[in-house]
Amino acid sequence: MIEMVTRPYASAFEKFAIANPDVLCLSADLTSSCEVDGFRDRHPEQFLSMGMAEQNMMSFAGGLGLAGYRPFIHTFGVFTYRRPYDQLMASVAYPRRKVRLMGFLPGITTPGGMTHQAIEDISIMRSMPNMTILETGDASEVESICEAADSIDGPVYCRVLRGVVPRLFDTPIKVGEMRELGNGSDVLIVTAGITTEEALRARGALEAAGVSVRHIHLHTIKPFNGKALLDQIGSVKHGVVTLENHVTEGGIGSLVAETMADNGVGKKLLRLGLKDTYAHGGSRAYLMRYYGLDALALVRGVEQLLDQELDISEQDLDAVRVDAVHSVAKAEAL
Amino acid sequence: MKNQKETEDIALGIRRRVFEHSMQNNGGYLSQACSAAEQMAWLYNEALNLGDPTLPMIPGKFGGVPSATNKNYVTGAGYNGPFTADFDRLFIAPAHYALVAYATLIEVGRMAPEGLEMFNKDGSSVEMIGAEHSPGMEVHNGTLGIGLSTGAGLAYGRRRRGESGEVCVFMSDGEVQEGQTWEAVQACAHHGIDNVWALMDVNNQQCDGAMSSVMEVRNIADKFRNFGAVAVEVDAHDIEALRQARQEPHQGQPLIILATSSPTQGMSFLQKRFPRLHYVRFKSEDERAEMNLSIAAELGIDPIEFTH
Repeated sequence: MIEMVTRPYASAFEKFAIANPDVLCLSADLTSSCEVDGFRDRHPEQFLSMGMAEQNMMSFAGGLGLAGYRPFIHTFGVFTYRRPYDQLMASVAYPRRKVRLMGFLPGITTPGGMTHQAIEDISIMRSMPNMTILETGDASEVESICEAADSIDGPVYCRVLRGVVPRLFDTPIKVGEMRELGNGSDVLIVTAGITTEEALRARGALEAAGVSVRHIHLHTIKPFNGKALLDQIGSVKHGVVTLENHVTEGGIGSLVAETMADNGVGKKLLRLGLKDTYAHGGSRAYLMRYYGLDALALVRGVEQLLDQELDISEQDLDAVRVDAVHSVAKAEAL
Repeated sequence: MKNQKETEDIALGIRRRVFEHSMQNNGGYLSQACSAAEQMAWLYNEALNLGDPTLPMIPGKFGGVPSATNKNYVTGAGYNGPFTADFDRLFIAPAHYALVAYATLIEVGRMAPEGLEMFNKDGSSVEMIGAEHSPGMEVHNGTLGIGLSTGAGLAYGRRRRGESGEVCVFMSDGEVQEGQTWEAVQACAHHGIDNVWALMDVNNQQCDGAMSSVMEVRNIADKFRNFGAVAVEVDAHDIEALRQARQEPHQGQPLIILATSSPTQGMSFLQKRFPRLHYVRFKSEDERAEMNLSIAAELGIDPIEFTH
């Protein structure tokens, strides 16, 4: 049984911030939604309410960086780059301010639909010079994201999970590394964020069907350790399947594709994720099924890569974990 | 570094340098010199508390953009002096005033005249649209509307550190069309940031022409007040009025000085070009020669010699 951790970010941020007086907590009217309401109430002198004004918040954070502070910006991931893209470029990324963008609700982890779902954030941030990208996939990574982000000499964008988060790993994020979760020899599965849990659900059935699975989990997306990936690809016979909570253009699927192409790797690659589409509003489990981001989609992907039917049905996969719709760990419906 | 010359003389020197440069280079940002000469002269010569420059009088070449590997990167802020706690900071929000800003640095003895010869030359740091690494610049402001927000953030941080130095943002009135300007003012008021102030060149001009024809902005003094600033309206060419405006109490609020200016002040010939004044090119060699004689006479100098 997987351990479930309630609101790991809330306590982790508070502990980190009070130990680092030059860390400031900024929020754009999503304070409880980003689990920093308790911090605001207990440490008001270290908290700045910036209102629903993300353009000003980005440039303001750049100014705070000039004064030697390290602002942690709390809002939904999508609001850190779509509206204030120009300010993010000019006031934060170009001058390499130590601004930490805490992007909550990555991809389809929100029922808020298109306006709330950051489905192309990794693509945007990967193409932005000076930006670092980290992504959390479990409670241990959420608990260590503040320290990891604040170790970066420059701006950093983090995909952060909130609410009830499973604990899949027992070690913190080590920036620049990747986690090897399986060391098989047929297929390499590459996941990040919430798709790692899906891959873990599929692993047992795949192994039972005779597929030897190698699996890596990425928490550091930029800068990326291409050599480590090449070593992993070199250890499998048939090829690579990527599964991402993001469009398949510009995210980790593209990252793997670029690394393979740049190095003349002639193995097959199948990229799973949102296929040039927006999503709509719905539960996470529903959206992952509807858009082909779940364990079953991964199994079908492995079948396609191997050109072989594995006779795996949904009943063979580990049980899907369903969040309670009105969980007390969620601040509000979104 | 203050008061080695009269502020009026510096303003005249700014107009002369920008005029000379534009004549020799077949065009330039003349109207910005007309409207802003007294404002820039007053900022550097009187209003701001700045230390001695920390960068060479003749600017270095472009040294690369900020990156993890560019260890020697510097901004152009060193021309405004060091970042110590008691000194003020200045952001030139409309970066297309760069030519005027460079001319000012020369007039107040912070940059050598050779710096202007590097203007807009490939490989130079003295760029046409002021960049972070251009003399007198500390942040990128070429995208209009971000300057006041950045200044507000820096001011908040400086206040939190107990620094006495303030933050001044030189702005252009076209920036009030950007929503971010109003976001910045409301944030300053909400957080009581009063160690930031702005001097806005209200010349009623923007790239396409007169602001009233491009996007009517109505009464901006009222708007600034309603968003939580203290706003004072003055004649931009009256230096004593600028001094008085700076004395306006603004505890808990940012001060915005709205300096109403003429985009042809000191170069009356440009009135023939009204309202397209953002960047003045010569329509013909005859016009260039006529403009040269007329404006040189008004500025009290000989006509400029040019070769191309």
